[in-house]
This record gives sequence, C-alpha cells and structure tokens, in this order.
Amino acid sequence: MLLKELTSLFAPSGFEDEVREFVKKHACADEIYTDRIGNLICRKKGRGKRIMVCAHMDEVGLMITGFTEDGFLKFDSLGGIETAVLLSKKVYIGEKRVPGIVCAKAVHLQSKDERSKPLEMKSMSIDIGAESREEAQKYVSLGDYAVFDGEYTPFGDKLVKSKALDDRVGCAVLLELMKNEYESDIYYVFTVQEEVGLRGAKVAAHEINPDIALVIEGTTCSDVYGSHEHNQVTNLGGGAVMTAMDRAAVSDRNYFEYIKRVAKDENIKLQIKRTTAGGTDAGSIQRSLNGIKTAVLAVPCRYIHSPVSVMNTEDFESVHRLADAALRNMERTDI
Amino acid sequence: MEACEFLEILDGAYGISGNEDEVRGEIRNLFENYCDSVSTDALGSVIGLKKGTDGSAPSVMIEAHMDELGLMVSSITDGGFLKFVTIGGFDPKVLPGTEVTVHGVEKLFGVIGAMPPHLVTDRSKASDIDDLCVDIGLSKAQAEEKVKVGDIISINTSYTRLCGDYAAARCIDDRGGLAAVLRVLDLLKDVKVKNDVYAVATVQEELGLRGARTSAALLQPDFAIAVDVTHGKSSGVSEDAFECGKGTVITMGPNLDRKLTKKMIEIAQNNNIDIQKEACAGNTGTDAWEIQVSGRGIRTALLSIPLRYMHANYEVCNLKDIESTAQLIAMLIVGLKGGEDLCF
Repeated sequence: MLLKELTSLFAPSGFEDEVREFVKKHACADEIYTDRIGNLICRKKGRGKRIMVCAHMDEVGLMITGFTEDGFLKFDSLGGIETAVLLSKKVYIGEKRVPGIVCAKAVHLQSKDERSKPLEMKSMSIDIGAESREEAQKYVSLGDYAVFDGEYTPFGDKLVKSKALDDRVGCAVLLELMKNEYESDIYYVFTVQEEVGLRGAKVAAHEINPDIALVIEGTTCSDVYGSHEHNQVTNLGGGAVMTAMDRAAVSDRNYFEYIKRVAKDENIKLQIKRTTAGGTDAGSIQRSLNGIKTAVLAVPCRYIHSPVSVMNTEDFESVHRLADAALRNMERTDI
Repeated sequence: MEACEFLEILDGAYGISGNEDEVRGEIRNLFENYCDSVSTDALGSVIGLKKGTDGSAPSVMIEAHMDELGLMVSSITDGGFLKFVTIGGFDPKVLPGTEVTVHGVEKLFGVIGAMPPHLVTDRSKASDIDDLCVDIGLSKAQAEEKVKVGDIISINTSYTRLCGDYAAARCIDDRGGLAAVLRVLDLLKDVKVKNDVYAVATVQEELGLRGARTSAALLQPDFAIAVDVTHGKSSGVSEDAFECGKGTVITMGPNLDRKLTKKMIEIAQNNNIDIQKEACAGNTGTDAWEIQVSGRGIRTALLSIPLRYMHANYEVCNLKDIESTAQLIAMLIVGLKGGEDLCF
C-alpha cells in the first residue's frame, strides 16, 4: 500500500533521497527529472493550462549537532517539532538507522522547579549506548539526521496512526493522480524542504511558471480533548480541508469557489480550515514570479509533527477524489 | 539462557502494579524450567522453590518485583477520549506522543497526543496529567462499548539493543532484577545447593512494597537478597548516580544486614566481579525495606542495577551489570551452606 510504504521511509528536510527514489520508481510520466535543489518533477503533457500539483517529500526530524564527552548526542530539530513529544521516544539516526533514545533526567532526580517546567531541546540528548565521544562517532556523524520511530498503524474507527502523514499523504495522492489522463499540461512536483521554510516550492514555481497550482498537504486537526469548537481548526472525518487564508497565502477567491462547486457537484465532503495559522508551499508558490493562483487541499491530522500523527482514511480518500475532480474540470473553468 | 534473553521476554509482557497477569504468566513458565515447585500467593507474587540437599541449612530468598508503571481509565469524554490516572510515579513530560494499549473488552491501540501548540496558554508550564488523554479513535458511544472506568492502560515500547552492551526497554525497573534472578537459577541449574532457594517475583512494589511484605511473611526465609535498580549516570546526571557497565551496586546501611553485605563484597573482590558501593542512611526505597522486618526478621542484602531514565518510557542499562548481579548472587548461594559466619 503506497501510503504505508511512503510513511516508513526516512526523509527529513534536506535529506529527501529515500522518498525521491521511491517516487521515481512508481511515477508514470512523460518527463521525470530532479532540479538543482532536489525537487522531483514529473510532467504529463497536455494542451490545456499549465498546472503545478505539488506535495512535499520532507518530514520533520532531528539533526545531530554535537557530541558530549561521555558519548551522548546533542540535536536540533529539522522543521517545527513540538518539543513536548520528544522525551523518552526512540529515534533512528542516519542511513544506518542507529537506534537512540531521546533522554533527560529521571523524574526522581528533578528539582520541583524542573518538574513543573517544560524541557527545552538543549536539555535533552540522545543515548545510543556509546561510552565516549570517540565511540559515538564510530556510529554517528555530525550532521546526521534522525527520524521518529512511528510505524503505520490502523486503529479505532477508520483511523491511522503514523509518523510523517504530513506530507506523505500528499505524495501518495500525487502518485495516484499521475496514473490518470487529464487535458491540462500537468507538472507533478515533489518538493523538498517545505518544513524549513517552504523552500523547494519557491524554486520549482520559478522554473515551471505554472498558470495554476494545487498543493496537497497534511494539516492541523485539533478536535481533541480540551479544545473548544472554535479552536479545533479542522475535524477528523470532516472531509478534505481547504484553506481560505493562512500565514503564508490568501486563496484566490474564484479558484476557492471553483473547488467548492466541484466538491458539491461530486458529493465530496469538504471543510474549511478554521484558523489563519500555519503555512504551506502555497505561500511560496503564490508569490513567485508574477504571481500564481494557488489552492491547498489537505488531510486533517491530529498530533501533526509528532511520531503519532493520526488521520481518518475517509478524509484521505476525499482529498484524492477532490483533487482528481478539480483536475478533470480545470479546462472548463476560467480561473 | 543469558540474562538479556530473560530481560527481552519479560519486557515484552505487560504487568502493571495490581494487574500483573500477563507478566505473571511468563514468569511462571520461566520458573517452571528451574524450580521444583512454583506457586502464586494471595496477592499474585510468584514463588519458585529450588529445594536444597540439606533440610537443616538456612533458606535464602532471591527476589525482584514484577510490576511496572501504568495508567488507569478514569472517565470517557464526550469526544470519546479517555482520561486517566497514573499508577506509580510517572514524569508527565514523557507521555505526550506515546503509544499505548488500552486493556478493555479487547486490547485497543491508542495514542497520547500533545496539546496543540496554538492552544497552549502558558508556555512556562509543563503539561499535567489532567491535560492529557488517550485517543483510541472512537466516538463516545463506540468507546463505551469497549472500555470502562478502571481499565488498565499500558505503554507500548519495543526492547532495543543499543551500542555495545547497552539496551533500552520499558521496565528494566525491575524486569532487569527479575532477569538477574532467573539467570541465577540458570547458573545453578545443575549445581547441588545445600540451601532451599526461593525465587520470588513480587507484586505491587511501586505502590509501597506490598508483595514483598506478604511473600516474605509467608516464606520467612533466613536470608534474602533483593534485586532492584538505582540511578545510572547519563548526560547531565552525575550526582547520586552510578556508572553503567561498572558493575552491580551493593548498598550498605541500616536497612541491610552488615555481615551478609560484607560477605558479598568479599566474594565480588575475590572473584573479580565488578561492583560499586552505595551508602544509604535510611529507607532504600526497595522491597528490602519490608523484607528486613518481616515476621521474626530476615537478614537482607540489596543489589541494584544502575539504570538511566528510571520510570520513563525507555529506560537504559548495561546488560553486563545484570550478569554481574547474577554471578555474585549465585556464588553467594553456593558458599552460604550453614551461614554460621553471618549470625550475630
């Protein structure tokens, strides 16, 4: 199953190789090439509008930034990880997937003050069982990446838990869409480095200069205990998510309405993101060159950017169907 | 079988204080390979007896606790999330992002999520147990069919070998101790020992040394060796902690029998077994505290395995320390015989 395989790959920001190779193996397109920054572009030629459909390959992760004398690793985050989820979790480091535990003082040894304060990343380290800096460096190098242990696990009522749903869901949808024939000239772009500043998309948009862009993402879902309806942002099971506005982009009004119409016509569940926080590759793309009309379709994910992100498989299907419907009808709109 | 093999088996079974069923089953199976009889007392502690060749020789109890920390369902929210209370001393900071199993009508997979960042009102405070809940992906109605208040929740982890002799596991406290006890039985398998040896896996240590109290009262051995864990040094932890890989920690102090403890130190030094020493002026916080004053009194010693990140999801130890613990205990038992040199 494509999504399950995609989530098992290790590809944090700046180290997207594993996903790039996987996509190359499974893509079907007229042209497949990698650009200078590492974006993978798969073009299916057509005579209509030039459309860029994209998803980012990178997941949030860690990078090893130093060693202590007694063999522990210091680290920083690649992308925005909520530090609260890091403590006492297993990670795998580098290509050799060396296992390590993110660690800090045992609770019994913490002062009252330490117990009540959240831990910062600089107070944590990774224990790989090395007894000295020299020994640690036999297994791990400075600059190595680390990725969460977070196996794809179906559970509950049609839900799935996994690391990296953001944005392997997008990559999986793109691989499915690529199997179809559409009238437009479509560039399926698997971008790099979204999590560290929407960087790959900026380059891809500049090079391709599409008329229209469609971004497939994973997005925040906070319909959890302790949050009121107005803070939930999206709901699991509420359908594909469209964003009217976030920190990086304001959706084009006509394009936005077009997608809403298509969803209604084809009976696809749709919800609108109820916050203006966050950002996606749309932010980079929209502001490229002379400006590009952009929309975002997203799968809602609880606990996004953690090893235990959760989605509803029906929402994933809704995003897939809606993206397909939007592409099918693209030549009959005047966005 | 090696100590690490025992540890991997034991860590694979859950057994939360007061609800130790799954691990109790594993322990019974393992004890049956080495003991003449295996029984379970009223609270659930497992007792294996390896009969000695001399009925008049003093008996010795070697023990570790089988229970681990866990959670218990306290309510089901309108959204189908499970609120919980903790069994044992958790650091709430390790819980966000944790995978769990809810033991309801059937085993259900769940996650403890993190508070969404845009909803955190006070960033200077760590999350509290009250802020957290388990997400089993069901509606309230669906959840109520499968889960009820009082159901146990265990933490999901997988035993992991790290570099060298280090290993990461969920409850080396105190399955590491039990692994040492089993390794002692393994080492003595074909050895004729004069003394009756009771191997005991106690319950409910984390709630207040309860299984130790009742099993010691039942058995009333002459000598007892408790095996537990103590803090291991790690990054940022050097005080009140011991080196991992430098041997088992022998504790000295009023809680422990001086002659028995001294004898263990001598045996270690004469046989090149790595040990470290700890001075504890009061309650060692282990089963030894209860055992020492049980009934007519029991001469008790304590060995502890240095352990990093005690009570976190993944604890880390050096497997050599479990092996040296077992070697030392086995040698003591073989040399115990009449034990006259150890009396007041």
